[in-house]
Amino acid sequence: MTSALWTHLVKDLRIEWRSLDAIVSMLFFSGLVVVLFSLAFDPRGAFSQQIAGGVLCVATMFASVSALNQAWAREIRHQVLDAQRMAPAPGAELYLAKVIANFLFVTIVQVVLAPVFLVFYNLHILGQGWLLALVLPLGTWALVGNGTFFAALAIRSRNRELLLSLILFPIFIPALLAMVQATTDILTGESNPTLWIKLLAGYDIIFTTASLLLFDVVFHAE
Amino acid sequence: MPASATEAAGSTHSARLNQVSKLFGSFAALRQVTVELEPGRCYVLIGENGAGKSTLLRILAGLLRPSFGTVKVFGGLDPHEARERIGYMSHAAMLYDELTAQENLRYFAALYPRRACMSPAEALRQVGLDPDLTRTLGQYSQGMRQRTSLARVLLPAPELLLLDEPFSNMDVESARQMVELLARFRQGNRTIIITTHQREMAAPIADWVLTLHAGRLASFEPGKPTL
Repeated sequence: MTSALWTHLVKDLRIEWRSLDAIVSMLFFSGLVVVLFSLAFDPRGAFSQQIAGGVLCVATMFASVSALNQAWAREIRHQVLDAQRMAPAPGAELYLAKVIANFLFVTIVQVVLAPVFLVFYNLHILGQGWLLALVLPLGTWALVGNGTFFAALAIRSRNRELLLSLILFPIFIPALLAMVQATTDILTGESNPTLWIKLLAGYDIIFTTASLLLFDVVFHAE
Repeated sequence: MPASATEAAGSTHSARLNQVSKLFGSFAALRQVTVELEPGRCYVLIGENGAGKSTLLRILAGLLRPSFGTVKVFGGLDPHEARERIGYMSHAAMLYDELTAQENLRYFAALYPRRACMSPAEALRQVGLDPDLTRTLGQYSQGMRQRTSLARVLLPAPELLLLDEPFSNMDVESARQMVELLARFRQGNRTIIITTHQREMAAPIADWVLTLHAGRLASFEPGKPTL
């Protein structure tokens, strides 16, 4: 890890530790989605196993949008982004630091949400449960990797919250499908999720590489 | 100094703008500005709101690209390529509210690994702030934020210093201290450009006074520096 990447990451973690803006808003939002879905569908038994993966992924996806927007909103609040652009450190390191920071924030939310989720959906993992430790981070990385890039792209727009959702969600669909299918396969134990996990890994590699290569163009745009 | 005069004298320059225009849609913020800035001089840029002062500074900082014309710094470099040698202070603080002044400065110093940055504590002392203050920047007064912002800009010892309204929100005594600090800074053969509505505050270090009117360079007059 280079020093600039570390510097950006420590700064983002320190700011979040003091403000808790992203984590608290994500927790409330995703918690609300999980509870509302459980009330709306009254999930029990096999039905619960079928929809749980989808609910978890959608709750994470919607909740993370607020964190992704805040990640860049901090940079433009007092034109700090201009000071970043004036510095000789590569923009790609700022991007990667933000992806790692957002990844940690979303993971914390998922860890807190997991027990609530298990209780409300009365879940019993019938497949290889340890694979969730692979699926959730890969899916989360796909979400925050793309989300951080597109949030930077939308940052100068007046309707940036709406714009981020409009750009991010369609592009995230392949990863969302893979994440939901893999999670459902693990929860129900009916089929092997390996193919979906490989798809998620491939998606992550391709989109993270493309974002790293293109980020400087977005970063230094007027 | 107008470009032709320095070309004749054969001097090197810190920045040279040649026929620079900047359009935002159909609005021309700058119109065919040609000017050359010498090292070790302080230029005060004045003009009414919307005259193009901030746009000119942002172009020199490499944050905006001119629609027409060319901008070169330090003898022929693109401002973007030479950005680590340029310091830009906007009217916004360009700092994080959630961090202390020292934390903000340490963060920015780490982004300039090739520059011999002064220590954050030293930079804060130079602008008259106590480096041991544990309050976050969000709890600072506007004047203190402005001084911290100046400390951030001075940190990597830039050779071209661009200050956009540095005296706004400052009391007279603080502004006087800032001018004295800038005078010392200029002695290191560094170029300073200040935009301001408070011309009298910058007068003690103004080697030249440039006036922008509706995006055009209306006048370029020698100042009467006393520092």
